[in-house]
Amino acid sequence: MSLIAVRPAAAFAEAGFRRWATYRQAAVAGVFVNTVFGVIKLSILLAVARSAGGSVAGYDPAALSTYAWVSQALIAVVMIFTDTELADRVRTGDIAVDLARPVDLQLSWLAADLGRAAWSLISRGIVPIAFGAAFFGFHVPSDPTSIALLVPSVVLAVVVSFALRFMLNLTAFWLTEVRGIVLLYVFCSGLLAGHLIPTQLFPGWLHTLAYATPFPAIVQTPIDLTTGLATGTQAAALVAAQVAWAIGLLAMGRVVLARATRRLVVQGG
Amino acid sequence: MAEVTSTSAAYLALVRSRVSAQASYRTSFAIELASQVLLIVVEFAEVYVVFHQVRSLGGFDFAEVALLYGLSVSAFGLADLAVGHVDRLPFYLRTGSFDAFMLRPLSALGQLVTSDFALRRLGRVLTGVVVLVIAVVAAHVTMTPAHLLLLVTTPIAGAVIFGSVFIATATIGFHVTEGMEFANAFTYGGSYLSSFPFTVFGRVIRRLFTFLVPVAFVAYLPALAILDRRDPLGLPTWLSWCGLPVSLIAVAAAIALWRNGLRHYVGAGS
Repeated sequence: MSLIAVRPAAAFAEAGFRRWATYRQAAVAGVFVNTVFGVIKLSILLAVARSAGGSVAGYDPAALSTYAWVSQALIAVVMIFTDTELADRVRTGDIAVDLARPVDLQLSWLAADLGRAAWSLISRGIVPIAFGAAFFGFHVPSDPTSIALLVPSVVLAVVVSFALRFMLNLTAFWLTEVRGIVLLYVFCSGLLAGHLIPTQLFPGWLHTLAYATPFPAIVQTPIDLTTGLATGTQAAALVAAQVAWAIGLLAMGRVVLARATRRLVVQGG
Repeated sequence: MAEVTSTSAAYLALVRSRVSAQASYRTSFAIELASQVLLIVVEFAEVYVVFHQVRSLGGFDFAEVALLYGLSVSAFGLADLAVGHVDRLPFYLRTGSFDAFMLRPLSALGQLVTSDFALRRLGRVLTGVVVLVIAVVAAHVTMTPAHLLLLVTTPIAGAVIFGSVFIATATIGFHVTEGMEFANAFTYGGSYLSSFPFTVFGRVIRRLFTFLVPVAFVAYLPALAILDRRDPLGLPTWLSWCGLPVSLIAVAAAIALWRNGLRHYVGAGS
């Protein structure tokens, strides 16, 4: 297992950041859409809280607003709706070029993805949160453990989501058309990650089901640290779960990649 | 007359070729169809989770919100099946393949609409209709001829409204090259919002999605008449019956925007 060194990793991350930073119009459009959806989502949640007598499942209106805007800000950062770039490279055969490079495929893509996530956070994350805080209120975290763990938690959320998306894309080695399985992934991640509705509102069985998957680690965990719904040891336990998922899923991805490349038959000369 | 026949024969041939192309990847098609159904389950899970917490949302109970949901999903499903892929316009513009549309003796819009007739989206329409039927029973709707007429015409009018929103917002692609995400706020955003009672939204959102992007006519307003309720926000009752005329105005506006966009089109230079 050849791990890539720090300098090439930084170069990949920077390239990832700069590549996505080219699309400024798309970022403006993305912020607009995220904000409109944020207002819709929050309106529904606030109506739920009103019906429930002011607050629901530990969320007061300020916590709901924080939930709505952080979850909207994270959409692009953790790519809830995934992408199929790697799968497209498998389908076209370009993957052969990637495999021939003297760097680790998974870790170099991870580095580039972290760069992309940094750009997304700056370009698409800050405005919805600022808008939400200005018009609907925001819960600023006060627990020292949560504050200290917030940045690592967002980074881990990106890593866990990357590890999942990496394996999802590798299914292209077995399936000619990945659109169906991608749709399946999007629906599971949207619900189970806590992106559509906070996991705390789930009925017991759905909550158990969600936390048996890595999805809450990519959205709900960083939100819980911000809203103050998880503090102290509880926050630490959630981040520890993120670390475990990150390591486990990256390792699983390497196994899948090894099996996939054994199947690879490069066409042409 | 002969010209009309040959034009529709040409479109029919285009649609038929798309359908047979999809049938050739059977496993993938089956997964896609299944995931369309799962989409509804997951989306509906949101409504389910909400009503696990509370008994009413914005003054509407579970069955009533399910009725809104059924109307909205069947309308959106039909629109998505017929014209949902017009959001690929920027791709055709960027790669220059839109020029091929312009060269053929058929309307560019007609060709764009028939460019990808995704049968998998039928899954969504069917699930929407099933939810609608169950909700009608669960909400104890009194079956008068007027209610029946509304229940049948509303998904059609709603589909025309969503279809117009798809086409109107796709024309953004003629003016801004990478701005297609803007369209999602009105297409998918409109679909998301139309399945909830408008009483939960603030005034700005309500007005925007009633008068500018008329998705209030897709589910909320007709549902008020079907449920024999008055609008808690004071809109006149006759608005509940305006779905079809509004959908025609929406189509006219969408076609005007399309023509305007086409005039701005100068080609990819390839």
